[in-house]
Amino acid sequence: MTPALRARRILLLHGGLALLLLLCQFVLPDYHHTNFVSIMVLAVYALGYNLLVGYTGLLSLGHAMFFAAGLYGAGMGVHYFAWNPVVAFIAGAAAGLFLAVLVGLVALRTSGVAFMIVTMMFAQAAFLTTLYFNDVTHGDEGLTLTQAARSFALFGTVIDLTNPAIRYNLAWLLLAGALAVMLLVVLSPAGRVLIAIRENEERTRMLGYDVRRYKLAALGVSGLLSGAAGAAYVLFFGYVGSSFAAIPYSIYPLLWVLLGGVGTVAGPVIGTLLMFYLIEIARDYSSSYMIVVGAILLVLVLFFPKGIIGSWRARGQGWIP
Amino acid sequence: MLKVDRINCFYGHVQVLRDFSLDLAPGEVLCLLGRNGAGKTTALKAIMGLVRARSGGITLDGIDLVGMAAHEVPKQGIGYTPQGRRLFSDLTVDENLQVGLMTRAKGAETRERVLGLFPLLRERLHQRAGTLSGGEQQMLATARALCLEPKVMLLDEPTEGLMPIMISKILDIVATLKEAGVATILVEQRVESALHVADRVAFVENGRTAEVVSPDHLRADPSLLHHYVGVGVRK
Repeated sequence: MTPALRARRILLLHGGLALLLLLCQFVLPDYHHTNFVSIMVLAVYALGYNLLVGYTGLLSLGHAMFFAAGLYGAGMGVHYFAWNPVVAFIAGAAAGLFLAVLVGLVALRTSGVAFMIVTMMFAQAAFLTTLYFNDVTHGDEGLTLTQAARSFALFGTVIDLTNPAIRYNLAWLLLAGALAVMLLVVLSPAGRVLIAIRENEERTRMLGYDVRRYKLAALGVSGLLSGAAGAAYVLFFGYVGSSFAAIPYSIYPLLWVLLGGVGTVAGPVIGTLLMFYLIEIARDYSSSYMIVVGAILLVLVLFFPKGIIGSWRARGQGWIP
Repeated sequence: MLKVDRINCFYGHVQVLRDFSLDLAPGEVLCLLGRNGAGKTTALKAIMGLVRARSGGITLDGIDLVGMAAHEVPKQGIGYTPQGRRLFSDLTVDENLQVGLMTRAKGAETRERVLGLFPLLRERLHQRAGTLSGGEQQMLATARALCLEPKVMLLDEPTEGLMPIMISKILDIVATLKEAGVATILVEQRVESALHVADRVAFVENGRTAEVVSPDHLRADPSLLHHYVGVGVRK
């Protein structure tokens, strides 16, 4: 396949997916309209997670801390300092990036199982921090943001983030941007180096690459996208609590990515959509829905390791990034 | 050019190289022979900085390589093709080469030169590396290392598991590199094949360079092979 044809197909697949999500807002009932906002924001989180696990080969079990950094970075700024939501969003995304680089400087001294454990421990420490500083974070109870605090003026127009249409389109814009960032990274020479690291770290080093620096950069971008997702989440839904920093929010992105396809750009979006509704349905039947989540994780790992887009790619569609 | 001077390397508490030494001149092909576990692969890894030398020195054109970060060593001009090839199997042939080229300034020029050495790879540019045959994978692994425009190539059993026709192609490449002034350290189990291209043969035993001889000397005295490797060679 020629590079031009591959580029056209990539644009068609990802542009089509984004367009479909944009058009869904006109047919979805209210309940699902709100759900789709959540799904698109969480898909950004999944995309960030996938850059690390799918393209760099680093399995993190502590990504909730970066998502929560975005939530608290933006949420507390609005709640305590009455920040403009745009400033709060930037601060939240920056908090995710900053924390990821900080954690990476220590965690990237390890690899494999040790990296999983170290990231999980850091996330657990972050979770306990949100509980320990209860006076500021309000722990499990969390902080709520008022409607007034979630509005801002842009070129003379008031943007109200509680308005469903505005919220939907901003969430879509964030997702479309994240998809574009992912495609740019994955298809760039640096993206090829990340894949090379995933395939064989030592060999990549023997070609003259400072592997640790690339891994740190991947973790940084992953943290930035996770933080941006967290910041958007708190601004769109007006709530931040400790539960977002707990272990389930480190496991969810793994599920989304596994279902959609590890190491694919479109996979996490589709995985988030399907898994969101699977969990919703399980929650309707039992409060022990995490058992269902665990069972799904087992089935995916054992019988469906490539996920939806990954399996499609394996069937002669090698052009899918 | 490349000088390894009495290095000592360990895996944990186990000493693998003991006062190991060798030197290599530009365009020279040095073949390392020895039994399994003698320390041949560890010697190559020590040169690449993958196994740290606790004492002794390794220099390339006077530049000290001991203590240098492993990813800086290839940039000094040493290409390494490890045992088992280890390609990036999810990337295409072209992408594998691009990864090799990215740390070089004259990417396109080098790419053309490398593809000139391996015309077969040009026909497979958009094929995933994992789907290539064993011989093609070895070619790609060698080509990728050559993208660094090395002064020295370290080849660890490049003919392992290949058909005879591919073995001769790989050895032809070593001969071509030699003509271009690239020095090579060749770890090889196929003694007869290696002797066709080698200028000198170093026997490694218990982590030491036990003896260094010429291929002619070895053909004249095959008892050395029996002693150090446990095989014979046809005169």
